[in-house]
Amino acid sequence: MGFSVIGKSLPRKDDPLRATGKAKFTADFFLPGMLYGKILRSPYPHARILNIDTTKAERLSGVKKVVTGKDTLGIKFGVTGFIPPSFDEYALAIEKVRYIGDEVAAVAAISEEIAEEALDLIEVEYEQLPAVFDPIEAMKPGAPEIHDLEHVKNNISLYVDRNFGDVEKAFKDADYVREDEFYCQPVDHAPMEAHVSLADYDVSGKLTLWTSTQSPYYVHKHLERTLGLKESQIRVIKPYTGGGFGDRAGGMSACEFCAALLSIKTGRPVRISYTREEETSTSPRRHPMKVYLKSGVKKDGTLLASHYKLFADTGAYNNYGCVSINIPIEAMTVTYRVPSVRYEGYLVYTNTQPSGAMRGHAHNQPSFALDTQLDLIAEELGIDPIDIRIKNARQEYETSCSKIIVGSCGFTRCLEQSRDLSDWNNRKKKQKQGRGIGVGTMSFASGAAFNFFGAPSGYSAATVRLLDDGTVTVLTGASDIGQGSDGTLSMIAAEELGVSMNDIRIISADTELTPVDYGSYSSRVTMFAGNAVKSAASDAKMQLFETVAKKLEANIEDLEAKDRRIYVKGSIEKGMSFAEAICETMAANKMMPVIGKGNYNPHVQFNMLTGEGNCTPAYSFASYVAEVEVDKETGVVKVPYLVAAHDCGRAINPTRVEGQLEGSVQMGLGHALMEELVMDKGLVLNSSFLDYKFPTALEMPSIKSVVVEAPDPHGPFGAKESGEGTTIPVVPSIGNAIYDAIGVRLKEMPFTPEKILKALEEKEKRT
Amino acid sequence: MIKLEKEVINVKRLIELIVNGMSYEIAVDTHRTLLEVLRDNLGFTGTKNGCDQGECGSCTVLIDGRAVHSCLTLAMDAQGKNIETIEGLSEGEKLHPIQQSFVDHGAIQCGFCTPGMIMSSKGLLDKNPSPTEDEIKRGISGNLCRCTGYVKIVDAIKAVEGR
Repeated sequence: MGFSVIGKSLPRKDDPLRATGKAKFTADFFLPGMLYGKILRSPYPHARILNIDTTKAERLSGVKKVVTGKDTLGIKFGVTGFIPPSFDEYALAIEKVRYIGDEVAAVAAISEEIAEEALDLIEVEYEQLPAVFDPIEAMKPGAPEIHDLEHVKNNISLYVDRNFGDVEKAFKDADYVREDEFYCQPVDHAPMEAHVSLADYDVSGKLTLWTSTQSPYYVHKHLERTLGLKESQIRVIKPYTGGGFGDRAGGMSACEFCAALLSIKTGRPVRISYTREEETSTSPRRHPMKVYLKSGVKKDGTLLASHYKLFADTGAYNNYGCVSINIPIEAMTVTYRVPSVRYEGYLVYTNTQPSGAMRGHAHNQPSFALDTQLDLIAEELGIDPIDIRIKNARQEYETSCSKIIVGSCGFTRCLEQSRDLSDWNNRKKKQKQGRGIGVGTMSFASGAAFNFFGAPSGYSAATVRLLDDGTVTVLTGASDIGQGSDGTLSMIAAEELGVSMNDIRIISADTELTPVDYGSYSSRVTMFAGNAVKSAASDAKMQLFETVAKKLEANIEDLEAKDRRIYVKGSIEKGMSFAEAICETMAANKMMPVIGKGNYNPHVQFNMLTGEGNCTPAYSFASYVAEVEVDKETGVVKVPYLVAAHDCGRAINPTRVEGQLEGSVQMGLGHALMEELVMDKGLVLNSSFLDYKFPTALEMPSIKSVVVEAPDPHGPFGAKESGEGTTIPVVPSIGNAIYDAIGVRLKEMPFTPEKILKALEEKEKRT
Repeated sequence: MIKLEKEVINVKRLIELIVNGMSYEIAVDTHRTLLEVLRDNLGFTGTKNGCDQGECGSCTVLIDGRAVHSCLTLAMDAQGKNIETIEGLSEGEKLHPIQQSFVDHGAIQCGFCTPGMIMSSKGLLDKNPSPTEDEIKRGISGNLCRCTGYVKIVDAIKAVEGR
């Protein structure tokens, strides 16, 4: 296809700012009179607050304000509003604390040291309560009750039971049925920039908040509710932000709320920066999950039925949990053509750090189970692991048993490419001692089409303004947190308008200026904001076409915008420059600005009661093959090579897609081999980067990224998601490769040397 | 009447810091780290604070050509030494070849680790203009990045012009 901009690997216009240190992150702003905030956190996993005495702290020289739950409106918040009881958290604790790190009070002072010293002077009288740290324990009768909520029994915040097809009959018809149990550990997002917020409440009653967020509009809405302000009193700006991965997609953080409240109370700007320890041990983590999976197949490997039971530990609060427990259906029913699925999901409170969305949100865990079990089944039936996957692979434009309509699908091609490029067939036959290869797969939504406040949908809007020198300003609410959406959206606008990417200026993620976009989560930005920007650019272009058509006495349908010109298709001389067209259009319309408006609001039908139907217009797919080297003496696993084949619809910017794949491999590698938040009675023991290890450059495999294009009619220029789902296949591909290498099957993540040595020992005992 | 508030714990010393070839005479608290003084007193906010414990490398600067964690270095100890920060590399609109290579190779995603990563790269390339891939990986192994998987960063360092 004749694209001018799409498909090129162009840097973002502001990458030089990032390269020179000129890009301002939230912690780089210093406002006159700025105070520094700190948060006092609970030292107990579960306790009643009997009294808080702040007088000594307030007397400390340099302290400007101390706030507790009593200074708030006592309005609960959360992430997902469409299931109302899911709002279960106070930004500052009222009556009770539910995990070590729960926010109890906040201080604003003239320096961080003084604020910290003041925390020590706040006297909190607690009555310790019995606590529970494991979801299975928490569900037992007589376990400590963490939330006193009418709909919550046995600490189960939400239970879903979904039935698609005839599962019982399918299991009866199966030639082979197996059941396995898996465990996925809690992991930290670990963005390089910890949470930081700077609030400035001014004398006109306006609150401006610069904050490291993925979703400025969510923060805006939650501040409005919890502070009792009007929408127009708040402005949330996302400056340069140091990664997210789901960490800051969770509506509002205590960091944001406390900075705002302290600024309102003091009338001065207040900045709160989380320490690395706070970031790791109090901001959301990936849900630890126990997964039970029973599958039934025919002799030839055809999948007939799956029954999943998921026990998701939501920690002390729901955060994203009520969504997290609903969406695994996609992982269970979209990737493979399984005709019958039963899914039981338990979202359970414990007295631990809250869990939230994380890259591959609630798909990684059931996918790890499925991809591992598929290998076990394949071995039992004597089928090659990739062959069994190809046999059951989802095909384009099919409907799943959960009534999800799948659009474009290049999954089989992904499987074939990962097989061929890894030399799978040869390597499977002759592998050196201690070396093995394995496969992992995924499908993932290109953005959820609802927002979590009960608004009709999770739409995106954008405007495009054409300036009289032929340059373009794009306004979008989408948040570039590093993934590159500012670049991708600029490219989409440039392609649609027929100009160069250099002609585009993009202004994004400022709730006072930019049209609504619910943020960077659920891998929605390219699909949602991309389509919104494309439609806004098209709207502006059509205004130019009208003028140009009149001037040239041509038909609008015959016009084309390309190479900074608007002309009659086929005869480039019959037309005018883009800049001229803008000036002519303004002149023809009483010098009105040329502004294009656009939005994206896909029609999808998800049934909340049955769990049937689409949440998203399109799915991405992937298949990875990892090669491992296991040292049987030490149990250390190395991953020298990994092929990642990914159907992202169309790569708007191939380098960015590769960057997402490579970053996903790094994160997945960490989850597979080394990352785990280790807890002792609710206390996170490894909250520093020294103790919480993730891969450095030295541990990275050589990666072969393959972009498989299956353009989707819903995507802007055919694009689907890339970046979230891409983490999912890494862990099972490594786990399956370990089995191939040394014949031990690990069903608990991460695959540490200890676990490997123990499994080898057990294997030896058996033989 | 204006009430003056002061931090009581401070012992200030007048020191000279040479940053990117400019001399700054500045009164600093003796316990302040170089990172704090660069960011809070001198406004060199390009140097980032990712962990404040010497574990992530976001705060990397060069002192007399050596890459160091500025969060673990006392400002007092950097007196009179040649300190280079990310702000000192580019000249006007012209990026340093390492910076240009990072931009050209898609080595920057969120950009938070980038200044430290570039300073470590410079420390490496100044001493060893033609490092092997393994030497490059070792050279940046003290710099954590959570976005890129390091692949494009290594590509960028390999491709630096005139290295």
